[in-house]
Amino acid sequence: MSGGVERIEGRAYPLGRANVDTDLIIPAAHLKTISRTGLGRHAFEVLRARPGNVFDDPDFAGAPILIAGANFGCGSSREHAVWAMRDMGIGAVIAPGYSDIFDSNAFKNGLVAIALPQPAIDRLMEVAKAHPITIDLETMSVTTPLQDRFTFEMDSFRRDCLMQGLDEIGLTLASEAAIAEYERGAIAGDLRVERAG
Amino acid sequence: MSTRPRTLYEKIWDAHVVERRADGTCLIYIDRHLVHEVTSPQAFEGLRAAERKVRRPDLTLAVPDHNLPTTARVGADGRRLPIADPQSAAQLAALTANTREFGVPFIDDLAAEQGIVHVVGPEQGFTLPGTTLVCGDSHTAAHGALGALAFGIGTSEVEHVLATQTLQLRPSKTMEIRVDGRLGFGVSPKDLILAIIGRIGAAGGNGHVIEYRGDTFEEMSLEGRLTVANMSIEAGARSGLIAADDKVFDYLRGRPMAPTGAAWERLLAWWRTLPTDPGATFDSSVRLRAEDIAPNVTWGTSPEDVVPVTGAVPDPDSFADPAKREAARHALDYMGLAPGENMRDVAIEHVFIGSCTNSRIEDLRAAAAVVGKRKVAGGVRQALVVPGSGLVKRQAEAEGLDRIFIEAGFQWREPGCSMCLAMNPDKVPSGERCASTSNRNFVGRQGPGARTHLMSPAMAAAAAVTGHIADVRELMA
Repeated sequence: MSGGVERIEGRAYPLGRANVDTDLIIPAAHLKTISRTGLGRHAFEVLRARPGNVFDDPDFAGAPILIAGANFGCGSSREHAVWAMRDMGIGAVIAPGYSDIFDSNAFKNGLVAIALPQPAIDRLMEVAKAHPITIDLETMSVTTPLQDRFTFEMDSFRRDCLMQGLDEIGLTLASEAAIAEYERGAIAGDLRVERAG
Repeated sequence: MSTRPRTLYEKIWDAHVVERRADGTCLIYIDRHLVHEVTSPQAFEGLRAAERKVRRPDLTLAVPDHNLPTTARVGADGRRLPIADPQSAAQLAALTANTREFGVPFIDDLAAEQGIVHVVGPEQGFTLPGTTLVCGDSHTAAHGALGALAFGIGTSEVEHVLATQTLQLRPSKTMEIRVDGRLGFGVSPKDLILAIIGRIGAAGGNGHVIEYRGDTFEEMSLEGRLTVANMSIEAGARSGLIAADDKVFDYLRGRPMAPTGAAWERLLAWWRTLPTDPGATFDSSVRLRAEDIAPNVTWGTSPEDVVPVTGAVPDPDSFADPAKREAARHALDYMGLAPGENMRDVAIEHVFIGSCTNSRIEDLRAAAAVVGKRKVAGGVRQALVVPGSGLVKRQAEAEGLDRIFIEAGFQWREPGCSMCLAMNPDKVPSGERCASTSNRNFVGRQGPGARTHLMSPAMAAAAAVTGHIADVRELMA
């Protein structure tokens, strides 16, 4: 997890499309890297190949927010999708919902994934064409200069982690005694692999 | 432990809770971790940077599959052929070096057991009922066919499992998909899972673990169950479970990495207690009749875009949901199809029989039965058969299936992910169309601009020999 974040403010790419899969976010040809960085230039390249796409619209250059349709990040588990979005400067996504794996990957990388109902998305898509959007994790709200205010839900553990930038592996390693205790149990004992491939 | 009736999922979950936090998040023990070359380098790098070790290398198994070319790996002189793409070669070298450095068991690209990670796990007896199994790959859901709670994870979670052998998870909701009855002539488990995805949609299973129940699944072979569970993720569910039965136990007994002796007997007794209790409830439930399922194909760019092969390309205006209408218009534009076009008139230039969904021996038998003495049609530029593992390949060759494919004009390849995902040299060129037994018809999935129609191995074979999407039932009648 990267450093914490409390507030994200700026223009938002009004993408809007439903079922944006992770192949569309970053095609497999770019997964051959052994690094987490440098993927931003390939992010959404299939969409960027189309004239008039939002990503190459100078109005949205460097926008820290992306607004999308339902089931964002479906398909492949590739965390490269989140790395690519982070690398191009996106810090938050607002969509009606996410695939479970993308949601988890986003969280682990401090990419704020906010779920709002479709009518709120429709309104934000409209406002985002000309105005910035503000996301506040403290008040769990999305606001616009046109006095829109939408509140979202996020469990407290996730919010704390995002705001403080916690190291999850470090947190889990604090439970070492409980893990070792579990491993002494009957099922874990019988599930030992005797012969390795 | 409470005596409340529990589902299979709840029983596996409860048996793996290391710690439970007040907010409902649990620290869950992970019994099995499969690793491949694409989603692991950054995880090992993270361990190195933090000076951490792999906690349980013995519960971890690595095998390369995504990047590997499926052409010959050894030259006439018996020496390993170099991998042309330097980035692919670097990723494979990284997996070799990382598994050596961290002591992780590794099946290398020349081993007889090498194959697609989701084919290798069950074959080696690494996948077991009642276990939690993860891999940095969304099709890990496949292992649910053996009654394992199996799901794909991202690279941060790969690192977390390597370091701690656990994950911090919140319990999922449960969805029952109940199918009873017998699949018709020419209708396969692939057609059934496509029908299910078409019914509940690509996001239908988000937040849920699916349990497939009913006599259709009880009667189904293990290979068929793997195909179904594999594509749970295409319906949005991270995991799909089928209760393990004697078919699974008989398959696993004696496999190289399966437990033996008293441990096997104790586990077997436990596994028999895991099926969902009578009276246990699911958060949602869907029912289908097996008799209603036809051979299915996809027309669009989401696996939910499913029609029976006897059907036609839908009119985008026929969808009530405006988002779906817009998506359908984009999809038809990309696919080069017009509303109302008969699916059976759609000509194809490529055929791919393989992938973690459909590359097992039963899949190859089904395709070979359709091919028979027929030839690949003239308009088909490339027809690949890619066995899921070296063991599948050897079995198919023992049965003479390779001869059937080669004589028909198919290429018989080495095991790997191949044309499923355009990460290795097997790709579909832009604007060309592929009849594919893989799992995703996303934009660009099989190569930039490639057009994918998902279908069963028998249907892909029918497309190969006719040169267009075809109803396998007519060929086999």
